[in-house]
Amino acid sequence: MSDRGFPAVAGLNPPLPVRGIEPLSTVTGYATKLFNGFFEWFGGLGIFSWRVLCAAVTPPYEWRELIRQLDEVGSKSLPLVAMAGAAIGVILSLEARYSLSRFGAKSMFPATLVYSVIQVMGPVITGLVVSGRVGAGMGAELASMKVTEQIDAIEASAINPYRLLAATRILACILMLPLLTIATDACALMTGWFAQAMVEPLSFHQFIANGFNGATFSAFLPQTLKTAVYGLIIGLIACFQGMRTRGGAAGVGRAATNSVVLASLFLILADVVLVKFILVFFP
Amino acid sequence: MATAYDITAKQAEPEQDSPVPVVAVENVYKSFAGHQVLNGISLRVGKGETLAVLGRSGTGKSVLLRLIIGLDTPDSGSICIHGQAIAGLALDRMGEIRKKMGFLFQQAALYDSLTVQENVAFPLEHHRRDMPKSERADRVRQLLAEVGLETDIDKMPSDISGGMQKRVGLARALALEPEILLLDEPTAGLDPISSSEINELILKLQKERRMASIVVTHDLHSASTIAGRLALLNEGDVVIEGTFEDLQQSDIGFVKEFLKQS
Repeated sequence: MSDRGFPAVAGLNPPLPVRGIEPLSTVTGYATKLFNGFFEWFGGLGIFSWRVLCAAVTPPYEWRELIRQLDEVGSKSLPLVAMAGAAIGVILSLEARYSLSRFGAKSMFPATLVYSVIQVMGPVITGLVVSGRVGAGMGAELASMKVTEQIDAIEASAINPYRLLAATRILACILMLPLLTIATDACALMTGWFAQAMVEPLSFHQFIANGFNGATFSAFLPQTLKTAVYGLIIGLIACFQGMRTRGGAAGVGRAATNSVVLASLFLILADVVLVKFILVFFP
Repeated sequence: MATAYDITAKQAEPEQDSPVPVVAVENVYKSFAGHQVLNGISLRVGKGETLAVLGRSGTGKSVLLRLIIGLDTPDSGSICIHGQAIAGLALDRMGEIRKKMGFLFQQAALYDSLTVQENVAFPLEHHRRDMPKSERADRVRQLLAEVGLETDIDKMPSDISGGMQKRVGLARALALEPEILLLDEPTAGLDPISSSEINELILKLQKERRMASIVVTHDLHSASTIAGRLALLNEGDVVIEGTFEDLQQSDIGFVKEFLKQS
């Protein structure tokens, strides 16, 4: 018997390679490759961003494509973020009621819900939902255009693909994320109030009045507007991943996956910085 | 049907009076991941002239076209369009030169989310914004009529055959009335009848528009039908350049082998 459990037949079962510790040179090689790939990716992203910026600020402006992308990112994401917001509202309502009751602070329910939705959950949930829907869609669409030479055809037609494809999509994400966040917040507050009102009588007017009591614009506005940065991250990474794709259908799949994964990851990392920034400048 | 033997009767005569070639490729080298694809290639094409670039698959024929239209950059050497070197030009400046060029991709590269009509109208919408909408629509219809697709204007690219896609690609390449036409394997993957139709169409367009054309192909019959001059590539350089008769009379082993196998 061979070492694979099959009868040994000359020529068909060559000896298995001896598996052991990789030689140090191979490990160093992998590390170097990983290191190079990391900086290559950021270098490529930097060059891509510069090209998009140059294309975006110089005429001719692609207004029609921008409007199409605003519809694609905004209107078509609205049902999804509304549903996500509604679900988050109910969850937060249930959790907050339970937690606040334990500490005898039920009167704080409206303010707790309003602040946790608008300052934390609304922006992040909207960013992640849009990252999943729009990031994957853009990444796959542009990757598919790349591997079928449609982006080359655009360039060969003397049209700047960075202006037509990337700048419009990124700008649409930047403009639409804050608006979608407002929609998510509104849905979350509505369902949060409704979940509470089902248990205890609480008028919507009373809920809103208590929730926003003493609140200032600086408490909510920066938290909502920071999602424009999320939009920039989602649009930039999806367009970059899509437009640098190689390798047919597998490449398209990779581009879509990488767009979502990287955009979501960078979005959360950016949130850490943004929250700190907001706490410092809008205390 | 056009054959390899009646080309002189059908092809447009090149204009010899212009001292500056429309396209000049000088000593161009290009490699990908250490693999040398083009090895010091030099070619010139004048106004009204058609050059067919022949060779085996993987000899850098398509790469040559991509370098000429600026989709890739050469490692060394120069490419001039109407005497203007294109190396290092900004994207928008390069765009001005590309407006004078039409490119038919090997797989047509039609925009799959647009109809046939919208595909052809695409360059016009971006570069002829001052043109009235009705005039633009007429121009698109005229272009599609020229390639025999006036009845398929509302179809999607996925709903038409490969030959029809190439014709739409050709109509799109002609939309801005280019002075240079670059055709990448115009008959590849087509049946003999569709190939013949495409060849006839290219000949007709050349006679009517007097463009400088470079046709990349490995189809010797197609090359001899539509081009007055042929360049045979091997290992990234030109082995022989001349008329079809020059190739037939050549003593070079690779040329003889290529003609024998074609």
